[in-house]
Order: sequence, then C-alpha cells, then structure tokens
Amino acid sequence: MISALRTLGYRTVMLLEHLGHMAAFVGEIGLNLVRPPFRFGRLVMETFDVGVLSLAIVCLSGATVGAVLGLQGYNTLTRFGAEGSLGAVVGLTLVRELGPVFTALLVTGRAGSAMAAEIASMVTTEQLDGLRMMSIDPIDFVVTPKALAMVLVMPMLNALFILFAFFGGYVIGVQLLGVDGGTYVTSLENAITFEDDVAGTLLKSVVFGLLVGIIATYRGYTAEPTSAGVSAATTGTVVTASVTILIFDYVITALWGV
Amino acid sequence: MSEADRIQLEGIHLAFGSRQVYRNLDCRFPRGEISVLMGGSGAGKSTLLRLMAGLLRPDRGRVVVAGEEITSLSERDLFRMRERIGMLFQGGALLDAMTVFENVALPLREHSRLSETDIRAEVERRLVAVGLPDTGGLMPRELSGGMLRRAALARAIVTDPEILICDEPFSGLDPLNVRRIEALLIELNRRLGLTMIVTSHHLPSSLRMASQLVFLIDGGAVVGTPRELLASEDPRVREFLEAETAGMPGFEAVPGVAS
Repeated sequence: MISALRTLGYRTVMLLEHLGHMAAFVGEIGLNLVRPPFRFGRLVMETFDVGVLSLAIVCLSGATVGAVLGLQGYNTLTRFGAEGSLGAVVGLTLVRELGPVFTALLVTGRAGSAMAAEIASMVTTEQLDGLRMMSIDPIDFVVTPKALAMVLVMPMLNALFILFAFFGGYVIGVQLLGVDGGTYVTSLENAITFEDDVAGTLLKSVVFGLLVGIIATYRGYTAEPTSAGVSAATTGTVVTASVTILIFDYVITALWGV
Repeated sequence: MSEADRIQLEGIHLAFGSRQVYRNLDCRFPRGEISVLMGGSGAGKSTLLRLMAGLLRPDRGRVVVAGEEITSLSERDLFRMRERIGMLFQGGALLDAMTVFENVALPLREHSRLSETDIRAEVERRLVAVGLPDTGGLMPRELSGGMLRRAALARAIVTDPEILICDEPFSGLDPLNVRRIEALLIELNRRLGLTMIVTSHHLPSSLRMASQLVFLIDGGAVVGTPRELLASEDPRVREFLEAETAGMPGFEAVPGVAS
C-alpha cells in the first residue's frame, strides 16, 4: 500500500517536473521570437526543409483521401438521390476535419520525426554543446527556427492537402461516377463559408503546427545522448504528437464548433 | 585564487546516480600553461572539462574561471563567460549541416562585427594554420578523423580565446596526426600564451606537452610536473604509468616507472 502510494507520488512529481521543463522550454522559444537576433535565413531554410519533406506525401495522400471520400460519399448519397450534394459533403468533411488532422498526422510522421531525430543526434554528437561553447544558445539557433517553421508550413500543407482532395473527389465523383461537374463545384462553393470553415481549418492547422513543432523539438532537445535516445525521441514524437493532435482536434471542434 | 591560476576547482563533489565521480576534488590550472588530465576510463576527465566549461554543475564545490565563480551563473551569464573559452570536443562537434568554412566562420558571424570579406580571410588563415587549406567547401562528413579534429581546432581558436579546453584530441588518431595536433597545440600555447587543459590517454605526447599533469584517481586529483609524477611513490600513479608504459622502449629507464 505504502509502496503503491510512493510510486504514485514519484510518478506525479516526475510528471510535474516534466511539464515544468516543457513550459520553460516553450517560454524560451517565445522569448527568442521577440528577442534579437532574428534568424530569418535559418527560418526560411527550415521552412523549405519541412515543406519539401512533406510535399509529396501530403499531395498524394490528399488525392487518395479525396478519391475515397468521393466514392463513399457517392455510394451513401445516391441511396437518398442526393448525389448532387457530393461536393458539399467532400468539401465540408475535408475543410473542417480531415484536412487539418490528416495533414498534421502526415507531417508528424514525415517532418516531425525527422526534426526530433536531427536535434537528438545533434545532442548525441555534442553539436548543441559545441554551440553553447561558442556562446550560441541552441534554443535560439536550432530549436526556434524549426518550431516556427512547423507553424508556418502546416496551414500551407493543409491547404494543399484539401486542394488535392477536392481534385481526387472530383475525378472519382465527376469523371468516374458521372456526377455533374458544375453541380459538384457549386455545391462545394455554397457549403463552405469563410468565417466558419476556412477560418476554422486555419486555426486548427496553426494549433497543430505549434503542437508538432514544440513536441518534436522538445523530444529531440531532451533526448538521451545515445542511439537509443535518438530512436526514443523519434518514436516518442510520433506517438505523443499524434495523440495530442486528436485530443486538441476534439477540443477545438467542441469549443469553436469548427 | 592567485592571479597565476586561470581555473580553480575547490571541494568538488559530483555523483551520477549512485556512482560518485569526485570526492572533494581540488585542482588549479595555471595561466599560460598546458595541463594534461590523465586517468583511467570513467575517472571523470571529460566530466571535469564540462564542469570548467559550465556545461555541467557540481553537486557541491566551487569552479572559478578567470576570477569568476561560475557554478551559480545563469545560462545567459555562462554564454558571456564562455567567450573566454574555446573547446575542442572529442568528436569535433562541427555542425554537420554546414560546410567547414561556415563552421569556422560561425563564432565570428555571431560575435564579431567583421565584414564578410574579413571573416573569409580570417577563416582561411585559421584553416591554413591547422594545415587544412582549401577544405572550406567540404562538409564535415567528408573529412577524416584527423582533419575533423583540426577543423574543430580552427573553430575553437578563431575568436582568440584565453583558455582552450581539449577533450581527447589524440584518441583514435594515427601517430602522424597525433604529432601534428600536438605540435599545433604547443605552438598555440607558445605563440598566444593560451592556457590549455587537455585530457589524454596518450602518455608520450602528454609528457612532451604538459607543464602540469593531473591524475584523476579515486575521485580526487594528484597534481605535479611530469618529472614529479614519473618519480612519484604514490602506488596508484605508478600503477597507471606502468600499465601505460608496459613494453614501451625508453621508459624502463625512467625512475619509478621501471617495470
């Protein structure tokens, strides 16, 4: 009994300590965003890296998810004779839910894990200590541009995912199953509003970008300096970020109705 | 601390979990001299360097660098303090996403107001000094172990620090490269008066370079000149020296190390 309580107490203290460290880490990133030097060059480079890494997978998955949505939507709607609403169904599902969530999960698996592995291997090979010895703050030089790049890239990739998914749905619904092209596009246009749907998808993708950016850089930065540490940081990023994305997706949907 | 000491460690205690690394360790590193830290694996040589660089804090004790107590400094103040120190890491610790030139130029770009032309000239001068001309465009992964160590040395000294800390600069290198890096370090010390603290397993080069040898044994430090330590009656020092020099011609004649 006493030992169970002791374990519970120890775990709670460890969790709180962990959260405290993470809060301090996020605070440090926030400070570096407003304190010079501003590293635009590194930010552009990181944005390019994250974007390019995820581009192919996001476009391909977008088109595939759109195609599946077109097929499923058509099969369901046609029972009610409502296949004219296929554009609206595909569009709303994508913009409100599937776009931001799928993109965030894909980017986590591709660029988030790579980010954590890169920083963790910099820890292992003493590159971060090397920066410290040159009086360069690794959070400023390495972490902040990477985390910020994630926030910038996520809405762009989300938009791209949604665009390719619209296209995938169009190909299946219109070209293959014979829904009228004009009806597909008009119903999509009518169903989506800017203030609810587009703003909502933007909000979600920015929040997800922030979460993935922070989790990936934190797991990398705090990795044990061993090869097992690098692998733990990488898998830990994917697991933690994926679950966090799904939880925050529910919270945002519940709070803002998007 | 006397003015002659550049770094002073007082009453250092440090444990990693249940493993006690230092027990009340005291040690001084005189200004302008080369001190070599020796000791078996796990004796805490690299850890001691990390304490001096402020990358690690002791459980107890004082670390004084250039007259400043650093154990209680904030991370920001440590960055200021480290401008006095150059550090050569065992693996080089060059940023692998940057070229050799960009690596060596980085401290100048961050902390000096030099123009790009001056930075270019300065980096080139340092690369020539360490015997690596025309390698600026290479990536660190394209360098051999010895070249990597020398490029890292160029980066460590590019801002003219007062103190140079070298973690195992000779490990894993062939005898030619050992002599080359040893000569570079001695030249830096003589020409610029750099205070150097070097960890090494390599007894011959340690004896050639060091004006002070520091043996880390049983959580403490045994300090002396090479001659004093070679003549030492301390059985722990003798045991280490005998193991290092076993079968090495020329060492049989050294008093106290005859095997």
